[in-house]
Amino acid sequence: MKLELRQVSKSFGSRTVLSGLDLQVHTGEVVSFIGSSGSGKTTLLRCVNLLEPIDDGAILLDGDEISQIGRDPNPIRRRIGIVFQSFNLFPHMSVQRNITLALTQVLGKSPEEANESAKILLARFGLAEKIDSYPDQLSGGQQQRVAIVRALAMNPEVLLLDEITSALDPELVGEVLDVVRELKGSGITMLIATHEMNFAQEISDRVCFLDGGRIAEQGQPKQIFANPTDERTKQFLRRVNFK
Amino acid sequence: MFVAIPKLPRWGRVKESFFNGERLFDSFPRLLDAFVLDIKIFAWSTPAIIALALLLAIARSSRNPALFPIRIFVIAYIDIMRGVPVILWIYLIGFGVPGVGLERPFNSPLLWGSVALVLTYGAYIAEVFRAGIDSVHESQRAASRSLGLSNSQTMRFVILPQAIRRVVPPLMNDLVSLQKDVALVSLIGPIEILRQAGIDKAKFANFTPYVAAAIIFLMITIPLTRTTDYLLARERKRTSATRVR
Repeated sequence: MKLELRQVSKSFGSRTVLSGLDLQVHTGEVVSFIGSSGSGKTTLLRCVNLLEPIDDGAILLDGDEISQIGRDPNPIRRRIGIVFQSFNLFPHMSVQRNITLALTQVLGKSPEEANESAKILLARFGLAEKIDSYPDQLSGGQQQRVAIVRALAMNPEVLLLDEITSALDPELVGEVLDVVRELKGSGITMLIATHEMNFAQEISDRVCFLDGGRIAEQGQPKQIFANPTDERTKQFLRRVNFK
Repeated sequence: MFVAIPKLPRWGRVKESFFNGERLFDSFPRLLDAFVLDIKIFAWSTPAIIALALLLAIARSSRNPALFPIRIFVIAYIDIMRGVPVILWIYLIGFGVPGVGLERPFNSPLLWGSVALVLTYGAYIAEVFRAGIDSVHESQRAASRSLGLSNSQTMRFVILPQAIRRVVPPLMNDLVSLQKDVALVSLIGPIEILRQAGIDKAKFANFTPYVAAAIIFLMITIPLTRTTDYLLARERKRTSATRVR
């Protein structure tokens, strides 16, 4: 057991987003979350990264309750990386500095060491020549790939991908998904919130359909997409025209 | 205007006492000398103002619950300093503080006048910096924190560099105001340009030195203002889409 959510609840004002959600994710597992807008996919990932405090329940990493109030979130965030829908690169820093900032400031690596890691990772994802570029000189797809590299450079055990292709032009989606495909082989645990049903089916070990702040149905992608049993899952898949 | 004004009945008198060429040439070098003091006050106050303003803005923007009392203090300080005219602070601090019996050089009105400028302008410019800090999108903070950077590292490396870049134009506006308000320090003693103009005026019973002083101020403030506008326009071009006609 790697990551566990027990009865996690989260509301924003009077709007309940997660209500008693249970989830267990094993090491190396790739789990996708599907569901309509507002079903809590993003909130779920942000809670796991401790960007949002939860109202109730517990989040455990290797049996250790990381969601305790007052706990320093920084050591935990080193183990859990997140990639955002809107990239959130630092616009005033070069690609290299975007990647090395946390390596030097958080992990305490020397600048040479950090630059070397950045170089290797960028080369691995076909971004070697962009090392000195600034975010606004890159396409959306390139920016998102840099954001993935930035999260990966911290060598996290768990990577959270929050609708990472939703802000991209259709022709740029492929290059970003290719990166995720490559990562699947590397054994990193991934939690993916996505609207790309075909991609979720292809890449996931397990797909979770979120509805009403809980996991309404989960299972292997084949089962969820071919033979959904829950009426809400069926409706959702019909609505997004998934065949 | 140029046609009508000279026809006014007492124009001749006004022209003689405000636009007297001889007085202008006589006073100008003296005023220029005195203006050096204005520039000096401006030059040593500005770094102190910026440092104080940054400190206040960072304290006010901090999210650490433990710093709540400091936040309250900073808000009160900014409200009080901004709520009273600068000239009043110059009087209160410039006359009040040396009055407790400080020895030279710590009783200099020049020193305490400058301190008053720093304390008041620090509060004004703190609000400029705070607006800049608030303008950096929350997602930048999320990205930084998610990488494990602490709140203060996030402020230092991610938020402040972006915030400061954005507030350079409004900051320049306030510095133009400061450049003029430096003259207020003359009211508690130091002989800078405004005071020198007053002396010349009294000596020759002629107001032309004031006009000369105004010209000297404009020589500095107009280029500063134009530069500000240029920076503003450049910033707008950089951040917004194609201009709509």
